[in-house]
Amino acid sequence: MQVTITINGETVSHDVEPRTLLVHYIREQAALTGTNIGCDSSSCGACTIHVNGEAVKSCTMLAVQADGQEVTTIEGLADGETLHPMQQAFHECHALQCGYCTPGMVMAAVSLLDENPQANEEEIREGLEGNLCRCTGYHNIVKAVLQVGSEQ
Amino acid sequence: MSILGNRVLRREDPAFLTVGAKYTADLDSPLLNNAAMVTYVRSTMAHAKISIDASEAKDMPGVLAVLVAEDLDGPKILAGGNPAFPKPMLNRPILAIDTVRFVGECVAVIVSETSEQGADAAESVFVDYEPLPVVVDMEEARTDNVLIYEEVGTNVVFDFSTNGMATGITDESFFSSCDVVVSGRVGHQRTAAAPLEVRSTAAAWDEDKLVFWTSNQGPQGVKGSLESFYGDQATGGVQVIIPDVGGGFGAKISPYPEDILLPWLAKQVGRPVRWFETRTENMLAMGPGRAHVHQFTLGGSKDGKLSHYRLEVLVDSGAYARLGAFLPMFTLPMAVGVYEIENVETDAITVVTNTTPTEAYRGAGRPEATLTIERAVELWAAEAGIDPIEVRRKNFLAADSFPVTTGVGTVYDSGDYERSLDLALEAAGYEELKKQQQERRLTGSTKQLGIGVATYVEVTAGPAPGGSEYGKVEITPEGKGRVYSGALSHGQSHMTTFSMIAADQLGMDIEDIEFLQGDTDVVTDGTGTWGSRSTQLGGSSVYKAAERVVERARSLAADLLEASVDDIVLDKTTGSFHVAGSPSINKTWAEIAATTDDLNEETREKLLCSYPFGTHVAVVEIDTETGSVRLERMITCDDAGRIINPMIVEGQRHGGIAQGVAQALYEEMIYDSDGNLQTTNFADYGFISMAELPSFELVPMETPSPNNPLGVKGIGESGAIGSTPAVQSAVLDGLSYLGIKHLDVPLTPEKVWSAINSMRVNREA
Repeated sequence: MQVTITINGETVSHDVEPRTLLVHYIREQAALTGTNIGCDSSSCGACTIHVNGEAVKSCTMLAVQADGQEVTTIEGLADGETLHPMQQAFHECHALQCGYCTPGMVMAAVSLLDENPQANEEEIREGLEGNLCRCTGYHNIVKAVLQVGSEQ
Repeated sequence: MSILGNRVLRREDPAFLTVGAKYTADLDSPLLNNAAMVTYVRSTMAHAKISIDASEAKDMPGVLAVLVAEDLDGPKILAGGNPAFPKPMLNRPILAIDTVRFVGECVAVIVSETSEQGADAAESVFVDYEPLPVVVDMEEARTDNVLIYEEVGTNVVFDFSTNGMATGITDESFFSSCDVVVSGRVGHQRTAAAPLEVRSTAAAWDEDKLVFWTSNQGPQGVKGSLESFYGDQATGGVQVIIPDVGGGFGAKISPYPEDILLPWLAKQVGRPVRWFETRTENMLAMGPGRAHVHQFTLGGSKDGKLSHYRLEVLVDSGAYARLGAFLPMFTLPMAVGVYEIENVETDAITVVTNTTPTEAYRGAGRPEATLTIERAVELWAAEAGIDPIEVRRKNFLAADSFPVTTGVGTVYDSGDYERSLDLALEAAGYEELKKQQQERRLTGSTKQLGIGVATYVEVTAGPAPGGSEYGKVEITPEGKGRVYSGALSHGQSHMTTFSMIAADQLGMDIEDIEFLQGDTDVVTDGTGTWGSRSTQLGGSSVYKAAERVVERARSLAADLLEASVDDIVLDKTTGSFHVAGSPSINKTWAEIAATTDDLNEETREKLLCSYPFGTHVAVVEIDTETGSVRLERMITCDDAGRIINPMIVEGQRHGGIAQGVAQALYEEMIYDSDGNLQTTNFADYGFISMAELPSFELVPMETPSPNNPLGVKGIGESGAIGSTPAVQSAVLDGLSYLGIKHLDVPLTPEKVWSAINSMRVNREA
């Protein structure tokens, strides 16, 4: 099936199999490998992207369902050379180690603050519960999200 | 002023935060153009004779090859573990030969155009299983009632005392001089390393050269393994490239059968091949950790002095003997922990079971030693009627006794255990917490408070006596620095830390240091990153290599400046050499580099182990109606010697603490009695999320190690070593008023509720 998706501001068309998951489409056909795959059960959040501005685990959607939609991945978050405030806060707070959960975590965190700009620690921990990280113990991730919230 | 000790932001971050890191599955090397995909077919039974009909799969769309063990004329066996292990247990088939011994073992392999076609074809490989008796539990395996290897005649892989690596056990008279003696059984559950990036590997033949990309913790070991299989064919050499790695935690130290077969498969289909497993496969087949059962006895005098300790370790090796089978080599030397206990007996035995072969997992043998001695001290104190904090103070190895030889003969380098305890208790407000606990007990609250304390010491860069790591520093023609490290950062931030070390020595900005790792054609020697070894070994080699580069540069500068080398100094603020007192006439790194084409030094500093230590205090709230435990606070004082970058060290502590808490409360690999793993994904396995954790309260402490030039100790695993016993003791402290003395980790709501309920039932009976 033919799909037309706007990814990071650029409209692209591809022929996809009906069973292709959006995450596989993004990685293999759109060749954007910043979005990672970490599980088979939609538990880890490593593949989190934005569809029409809202965080979605891209393993829970078929590519055909994204037809005509606007998709943003980690590659599309910064404004040229200027990091998005969430990317900057992750850097300043050492909120990433191996980096595998990072793109999904950042995208989920941006979406969380879009919905609740002044989210407190408890709200952040509940809100990002579906994004798993094995390296950081989450401490500095929470710190980074709080920092962005306080700057807004 | 030295950059060392500063919170320098990571150089790794910009790419990771914008386009993402380049993991093995992300690679777009031209050598991987047109790569075929590899899918393994895995056993669904834990122990059985097998016969396979793969004919239908061969005709499936996109399938290039379907192969079983008898088709292999290349690698057949991947030997892991220790050569002293019985050969049948050591020699793990790459594809099962006639018999499968755990669920998840590879029985066939498919090479196809796409992964989806591979998955479809895998469904069409028919495996006929003739079931054999299964043994899943290691204590049952120890009885030898069910044998996994008839030809060996026992399930025992290795007996540490008969091999001279443990003292062996005498009889009960060992404790005859003690007033108070307690003994018990302590379980350490099987845990998944669960890096977010699963195993992933690719292989290509570039004419007669084998190029191999993999997600692993050290390229040279992989290269050595590949050379043993493919050395004859790879007349152009073997190049191993480890790109970014999404976490390892010990499970990616050794290459796996699935990795090793890829170059042979690439030959078979005449194309490069790639393999990227699913999470379910990862849970089934990547080596888990822990899986110990300990029996302890601890004895001492009624005034609180400990004198005798016995530790008997049983380890579950899984179906084949790999690294996990040998990990008591870290447990036994750390048996007495932070305590002065003069008389110690140890024993350790590893057995096979019909489960996934075990590997190292964050801490690898030391968390087990710590958890058991800390449980033993808590139980002994309760028996003696003495506050466990007081028992610790009375028995700590004294700060003025270092270097000190313990009751098991291990030589600890430096430490002040009582100070770490004082700092952690003070930060926690321990006395106030105890008052709050008392109040809740008096009011009969259903939300009881528990406070747990654990003081630990561990060994890093082990096993003793120590080790080495390759480091090379060179000056480029432009006068910049270039660091080659044999360590392999996979989240540990070596690019930043090692750049800081080199920049500090060379008088350069860290941005002027290029950092190289992970490609055996570029970094030609090395070991890898595990066991909290890298900064003390790899960092020290970079430090010494840079120091020697400076010495050579001083000599070259002396020639240029027509001065005596003894008068030449490096001005580290400008990165230039001049005669002492005459800074205006100087030579830059670039000018000096122009006089020679080999301004570089390499080394493998041979260094002794170091012994990080600290105290963790956990505060938990227990819902006595549901058994659920909430970690309210986690206060840790972790002393890893001198700190190069506090931000990075704190990050290592955070990650370790979270994994240790997860082991204490949630995570466990569970098998049914037929050997089916019940926790095959992140929905069923209790992978800890941020909703279950508080922010951590870290207390700084720095006691330098005398065993390396940087004075550093390892920090990668300490968090996971102190936190599990602290949280376990907190829960048991919270339940102690009910008469509950011990529960094994993980302290799940079901386990805690059952314990509370059985005590109520007992009281009412």
